[in-house]
Amino acid sequence: MSVTIPPVVEMEHISKSFPGVKALDDVRFSVFPGEVHVLLGENGAGKSTLMKILSGVYTKDSGEIRIAGDPVELHNVKDAMHQGIRIIYQELNLLNNLTVAENIFIGEEPRTRGIIDWKKMFTESQKLLDGLNLSIDAHQKVSELPVGQQQMVEVAHAVSKEAKVIVMDEPTSALSSKEIKELFTTIRKLQKRGVGVVYISHRLEELLEIGDRVTVFRDGQYIGTRNVREEDGSIKIQLNDLITMMVGRSLDQQFPKVKFTPGEETLRIENLQTEEKLRGCSLSIRKGEILGLAGLMGAGRTELARAVIGADRITGGSVYRGGKRLRIRNPGDAIAQGIGYLPEDRKLHGLVLELDVAKNITLTGIKRIISAFCLSLKKERKEALNLVGELRIKTPSISQQVRYLSGGNQQKVVVAKWLFANSDILIFDEPTRGIDVGAKVEIYRLLNTLVEAGKTVMIISSELPEILGMCDRIAVMREGNIVKEFLRADATQDAILKYAIGAEA
Amino acid sequence: MQSGLKPEQEEKESLNNIQQKIQNSPETLNREGADREGADREGADREEMEPGFGMRLRRALGKVESIYTLIGLLLMCIVLSFMHPAFLSMRNFSNIFLQASINGILAIGITFVIISSGIDLSVGSILALSGIVTGNALSGGMPLAAAVIFGMLTGGACGLFNGLIITRFNMPPFIVTLGTMSIARGLALLSTNGGQIYGFDAKFLFIGQGKIAGVPMPVVILILLALLSSFILKYTRFGRYCYALGGNMETARLSGISPTLYLTLIYTLSGVTAGVAGIVLASRLSSAQPIAGISYELYAIAAAVIGGTSLAGGTGTVFGTIIGALIISVIRNGMNLLNVNSFLQQVVIGSVIILAVMIDSFRKRNRS
Ligand SMILES: Nc1ncnc2c1ncn2[C@@H]1O[C@H](COP(=O)(O)OP(=O)(O)OP(=O)(O)O)[C@@H](O)[C@H]1O
Ligand SMILES: [Mg+2]
Repeated sequence: MSVTIPPVVEMEHISKSFPGVKALDDVRFSVFPGEVHVLLGENGAGKSTLMKILSGVYTKDSGEIRIAGDPVELHNVKDAMHQGIRIIYQELNLLNNLTVAENIFIGEEPRTRGIIDWKKMFTESQKLLDGLNLSIDAHQKVSELPVGQQQMVEVAHAVSKEAKVIVMDEPTSALSSKEIKELFTTIRKLQKRGVGVVYISHRLEELLEIGDRVTVFRDGQYIGTRNVREEDGSIKIQLNDLITMMVGRSLDQQFPKVKFTPGEETLRIENLQTEEKLRGCSLSIRKGEILGLAGLMGAGRTELARAVIGADRITGGSVYRGGKRLRIRNPGDAIAQGIGYLPEDRKLHGLVLELDVAKNITLTGIKRIISAFCLSLKKERKEALNLVGELRIKTPSISQQVRYLSGGNQQKVVVAKWLFANSDILIFDEPTRGIDVGAKVEIYRLLNTLVEAGKTVMIISSELPEILGMCDRIAVMREGNIVKEFLRADATQDAILKYAIGAEA
Repeated sequence: MQSGLKPEQEEKESLNNIQQKIQNSPETLNREGADREGADREGADREEMEPGFGMRLRRALGKVESIYTLIGLLLMCIVLSFMHPAFLSMRNFSNIFLQASINGILAIGITFVIISSGIDLSVGSILALSGIVTGNALSGGMPLAAAVIFGMLTGGACGLFNGLIITRFNMPPFIVTLGTMSIARGLALLSTNGGQIYGFDAKFLFIGQGKIAGVPMPVVILILLALLSSFILKYTRFGRYCYALGGNMETARLSGISPTLYLTLIYTLSGVTAGVAGIVLASRLSSAQPIAGISYELYAIAAAVIGGTSLAGGTGTVFGTIIGALIISVIRNGMNLLNVNSFLQQVVIGSVIILAVMIDSFRKRNRS
């Protein structure tokens, strides 16, 4: 990338405050044509806010934005689109009841004489999807697609029109590795066309693969910008330096695994089946161990967890706790039996966005704040403040609606909620999705404390390093079956993947 | 009612001290845990804790959801007091409250329903049926207390019916309560053959016509119910679950809250408050009429919505609803005083409802 070309986007001295929060404090950021500029920072650092200012969702309090050298004012999303800025938001933003094609062309439907040209819309969408190597039918309703494919529809939407800059805010948090590959191919194509890409992710390894430059924010402030590569394309940047820039200290250990001697069996799942997915799964988990559930997206891991806690109807099999067969008809029964499930989709299943931080945290364990038949709001505040402190949830107060928290901080609230529920057996489904590197380590430490306190933990995760780093035993799922179990010592990334994709033989 | 006063006090307290609170709030940005990287962050944190005055004010106002509604009500009163000398009289105020009481009682039940993202169109008819049942019971010689409880149970039974059909058969509340609206009205008409019941003794009439310390009984009942239900919403598990279910049903379910159980309870509660309203109305009119309360459900829903309860569910307060009921009452009263044509009154009230919903959806659009 040559320095003689002027940047397409320059943002300087940008500040933005929300009630009680200074989200951005005099930051700068620029994008050159054809580069991938990675934006890094802890949860709540202000990454999404800056990008929403660029895409016209928020208006800046102060500062200047220049596009191709000209100062512009972006008052709304239309203005930004007009300037050739496209964004894929951190949270999915599709209309579920509409078809894929309608979502791709929303607001810009091809028309002939004022009437929507449906045929053109569907053929063009299909062309676009095929070009991205996606096996998605443009006629399908978005709600029928798995999350990963929905995310790819967002990508298709963003690239559907000529753009100068495309912003991707954590596009990969719900993608499978195959989809990530496709995304990166797409990004490289865009780069060749001279499109500037802003890329936000908490997965640092992606930065090394795709990034050209990286800028770090901390607490709403600009910390610095670095080149990722040398002139010859080799990696120049040290991840440790970046982490220090992000969190203000270095992390000595990414996976602080502590080993305990497992005790007696606490949970046993026998031949569990559901109509949709599960084909008879059996598992046994012991006190003091962390069990990892690995597999590709759609392998049935979430379905297994949901079946255990009674969220979905089972068609066969049973669940035992301490040798006793449980009758679980709904999640309430599971919670009463001491089994908690932290769902993977924080917005749809984990949070009540209208309620504040404290009320979300105490929702499941509400019994714990009842005294004399009434809720003790004082106790609630105290408990919530404790957890907010422990997990370092960034929020102006515990009475802030969770809607206004940054994505990662919302995720931390979900974690806090299930910690507060105080279940003996905890199933975490993608617990660190969207959480920054520093906070991940905090959560891993917490997992250690949990098992140390005699609880049983199961982690469902698509991040193999996380599973390999934290679990004592690893079960691999494929197509609704548990196909293999590994002990920690025997597990490797390759071996797990082989079983996950069915290439073990 | 010592404890029942709590929510009100809180409300006031938050009004007065909010600015101060925001400044010295102990929870403002938890930094004990976060501060391990040392002093360089501290400066930034200080700044975060001291937002500008405008922002603090906005934040403070935003916290008291119904503040705008309250301001609207006061403005209306001020304007009307200039337009008509009789408006500010004690008697007129007593009238306004009295007019608001039946609607207010219905609207309290509806508030629970709407918070849980449902709707109840049947309350007007349930009101009539409960009035008739109570009237029948009284004329059949049942003691007062028993007859009143019987009337309330009738309302509760109708609500329970709504709740069970909605939850067991997974039916949209709009349709189910629309059906019940017709069923309850039909039953009320059937049981009296279209006639009305009158000739109640003084003890029963006291409920709707008596006064305690100069305050009309319906108003007393409204206030007591409002305090009780505010308390329930804020300080009980049931109340908390109403918000959770309305905010996100699936999250609530996965958090161990049974939608079936609690929605059924919520509709039952709405039925009971409709029953109470029916008894009070029958007493106030000295007769139980099967055609009582026609289209009252609309005004009750309007009161809740004007009071800031969002039809999308998850938010709302009884305090706001009462203000909403008062606003409708004040508009009516003012127009009566000013001799506005009663047909035109309908148009005005309808416009106010639409305006309230517009404000609600505007507020929602603003924050996303
Ligand atoms: N609409 C809003 N109202 C109030 N506060 C907000 C709003 N949007 C963001 N914030 C606050 O601004 C800060 C920055 O948020 P932002 O979403 O930009 O963080 P982020 O860097 O994207 O974090 P993450 O990695 O968790 O996504 C956070 O403290 C957040 O609580
Ligand atoms: Mg973000």
